[in-house]
This record gives sequence, C-alpha cells and structure tokens, in this order.
Amino acid sequence: MNIYDIIFYLFAIVTLVSAAFVVSTKNIVHAAFFLIFTFFGVAGLYILLGADFIGVVQILVYVGGILILLLFGVMLTNKITNVEIRSGTTQIVPALIGVGLFAGILVLTMVSTEWKSAPGEIPFTTAYSLGKVLLTDFVLIFELLGILLLIALIGAASIARREKE
Amino acid sequence: MGFLQFIWDGIWAVLSLGNFALIKILLIANIILITVSYLVYFERKISAWTQNRIGPNRVGWRGALQPFADVFKLLLKEDIVPEKANKPLHTLAPFIALFVAFSTYAVLPIGPAIQIGEETVNLVVADINMGILYVLALTSIGVYAITFAGYSSGSKYSLLGGIRSSAQMISYEVSMGFSIAGVVMMAESLSPIKIVESQSGLLWNALIQPIGFITFVVAAFAETNRLPFDLPEAEPELVGGFHTEYSSMKFAGFFLAEYANMIIASAMIITLYLGGWQIPYIETLNLGTTVTTILQISAFMVKMGALLFFFIWVRWSIPRFRYDQLMSLGWKVMFPLSLLNVVYVAVIIMLFNV
Repeated sequence: MNIYDIIFYLFAIVTLVSAAFVVSTKNIVHAAFFLIFTFFGVAGLYILLGADFIGVVQILVYVGGILILLLFGVMLTNKITNVEIRSGTTQIVPALIGVGLFAGILVLTMVSTEWKSAPGEIPFTTAYSLGKVLLTDFVLIFELLGILLLIALIGAASIARREKE
Repeated sequence: MGFLQFIWDGIWAVLSLGNFALIKILLIANIILITVSYLVYFERKISAWTQNRIGPNRVGWRGALQPFADVFKLLLKEDIVPEKANKPLHTLAPFIALFVAFSTYAVLPIGPAIQIGEETVNLVVADINMGILYVLALTSIGVYAITFAGYSSGSKYSLLGGIRSSAQMISYEVSMGFSIAGVVMMAESLSPIKIVESQSGLLWNALIQPIGFITFVVAAFAETNRLPFDLPEAEPELVGGFHTEYSSMKFAGFFLAEYANMIIASAMIITLYLGGWQIPYIETLNLGTTVTTILQISAFMVKMGALLFFFIWVRWSIPRFRYDQLMSLGWKVMFPLSLLNVVYVAVIIMLFNV
C-alpha cells in the first residue's frame, strides 16, 4: 500500500460517507451541505488520476454553480426550509430487486471486461490537449452540447416569463 | 555537534519540503492577518478623511493600536446564538468564509523566483497549472459561507441577505470568468506565474484589453461584497444582512474574511491585468539580480496598496445600487461586455500573432 493508495481510499471514504449522509438526512439544506463533500471527494479522485482540469472544473461547476442554485431554490421556496422531508422505507421488495439487478450488471461488467492497462506518465498539464481535442476531433459534439444548453436556458427563461402576457 | 547537526538536518528537511511551503504558508497567513487589521484602521482613517472628520485617534499614536483594541473587544464579547438558529451551520459559516479567504492566496505570486544558496525558491506557496481556476473554484465556495449564514440564523433579514448574495455572486462570477478567459487566451496558460511573465514590458493586460479590465474590476467589487455592491448586508434595508445574528468572534470572522477577500481581489487584479510584480523595462537598467528582485517585490506591494486604497476610496464615494439595478448591470451590461472582450482578444491574437 503506497501513498497513492492511501490518498485514494481517503477520498473514496469521504465521497461514500458524505453521499450516505446526503440520502439519509431529513433536512434538505443539510443534504446540500453533505453533497459539497461528495463533490470534493470526486474532484480529489480526478486530481489523483492526473485530470487536474476536470477536477477543478468539477468543483467550479457542481459546487459553485449547480449546488448553489439548488440552495437558492430551497431558500426562495415558501415553507420548505422548515418542513422535514419524509424519508421512510416503502416498497422494499421492488427496490431490492431493482438495485440488486443493477449492482449485479455493474459487478458482472467489471469482472468480465478485460481491462487493458499500460504504464504511462501523468501529463504535466491537461488543459492544452483537452482543448485541442475538443476543438478538432470532437468539435461537432462540443458545439451540439453548447446548443443543447442554450435551448435549456431559453426554455427556462420563457417558462419563467410566461405570466407577463 | 553531530547530534545538533542531525536535528538541524531534520528541521531543514521538513522546512524545505515542497519548495519551503511551510515557511511560505506561515509568512503569508501572518502577513494577511496583519494587513487585514491595519486595513480596517486605514479604512476608518480614509473614511474620516473623506467625511472631514478625524477618525480613531485615542489608542496609541494617532490611533495606531486601534486594530488590537478592536480585536480584544470582539474576543471578550458574549457569543450569542439565536434560539431558532441551525447551530452547526451557524457556527460553520464564518469558518468557511475564513478558509476560503486564506487558502485562495496560495497560488498568487508576489515576486519572481529567487536563489537561496543552491535552491530556487518561487515566491508563491503552490505553483499549480490550474492556479486561476483554483481561485475561481474557491471563490465559488465562498458563496456558501454567506448562504449558510443567511439560512441558519433563523432571521428574515439574514435570509434575505443570503438570497441576495448568492444571486449576486453567481451573476458576477459569470462575467468574471469571461474576463479571465481573455487574459488566459493572451498568456496561453492558466498558471498565475506564466500569466505574469506574459505581461513583460508594457504588455499589461489592463492596457491591451481595457474592457476586460473594467468588467473584471467591477465583478471583483461585487464578489467581495463591497460598496457599491454590498447589498447582502445593506444596513438601511436589512439591518446587517447575512451577519445580523452574528456576534463576538464569529462576527469578527466574517469581518476578517471580507478584508482578506479585498486583498485577494487586489492581488488577482494585479496578477491578471497590472503585470504582477513586473516593472516595465527594469532589465535595461542593469541593477543586478538582488536589487531588481527587491524592487519588483516592492512594486507588487505598491500596486497592492494603491488598489486597496482604490477599494476604500470607492466605498466612501459612491452610493449603493438598488437590487434590480445591480442585476441588470450584471447581466445586461457586464456580461455582454465581457463576451465582447473575448472576441476582441481573439481578433488581436489573430492579427498580431502574439
């Protein structure tokens, strides 16, 4: 067990434990708070794997954008801040079957796939090659994703403004 | 002697770990703390000067010990937590604010690399490739301090302040990010040291891309919640905004973080737009390495002082925006301008092939 293993398990524990708190807590703001640590753990794993750009963007987009919008929504919504969410256990049997099947497929894929691993060096910086690939080989997908996001934005704005008529 | 030598080698090994990171962290943290306390003093003195008053003049020579008196006063006050507060989050919020304020400084360089004996020491705690993105990511975490403070206090004023602040900071983060994109395109790197080095001579980004400079400075004011954008704590409307229900050292935490954020915003403006530690054409004077380095570090400090004065000066000169004005300025003026700046920089790079 070298230092990288220890760091990996540290981040994995942070991610999993905080994720468990996210789904088990009854206060929605607390859930958002624990979600920060989940995102941090995942970002740490990315950076450990040498994907520094994706790691930082993970924090920037998920923690700085999406999660804060979620909190913003919670704070603007009337009465939701004090209402406790019911998180009881219902429909145990179907849930168990569904989760069991999904986990089985995942484990099966993990075991049966022939993973190819080759020794490689962690690149000094990933931003340059990432940008190059995005704007040459995958430029169509990149642009299409941009248009998709724009459509979502315009849709949200038009829904929000409808009452004015 | 052998034993002492052994201990000294051990200490040296720990200290020189990661390019003397420990010493640098200690230095930076203390410099920020001392600067913050005197920044408060200068803020009060400059406001007094603006309003034709004298300002603090009782503690020490011309009130020079006032910051320490303030700190002791805040430490000795009773820490009141409202009954309806969400206690863990209420306690945590100022810590998040302080964490962000102090850890952001890790990537901002204050001078060129220097030689100590055989070692080359960078005058920055951590020289990482993603430096600029790291600052942006941490700034976005800073929003949580104010949001949690607003939510957890169990007070309407705090909640309104928290909502205002999260909306304001998200809005201005967008134009801030796009302004930085222009700088990153010029430097072809996200590393703060490379960005500073790309602005050698008079190629300062403030001169090359003035639009981006203006949008960034405005966004920096909004991000630090300073007047004219201090709506999260607008005292005539919201009592004290997100920190209405904070007292004693927790309040001091927010106070400290606000001033530390001012220092970081100034350092960011210097690094991205004002050439960092560089003095234009200093190498033509042939002053020798040591003198040049000292002059360059002092140049950084002088730029820092000027910008901090600018922050305080603006606060006491310009009235506060209304909330809808703030939002429409952010989205309808600053955001298009910063987009325009990206296009403009791209055209410049294409024409001059810099």
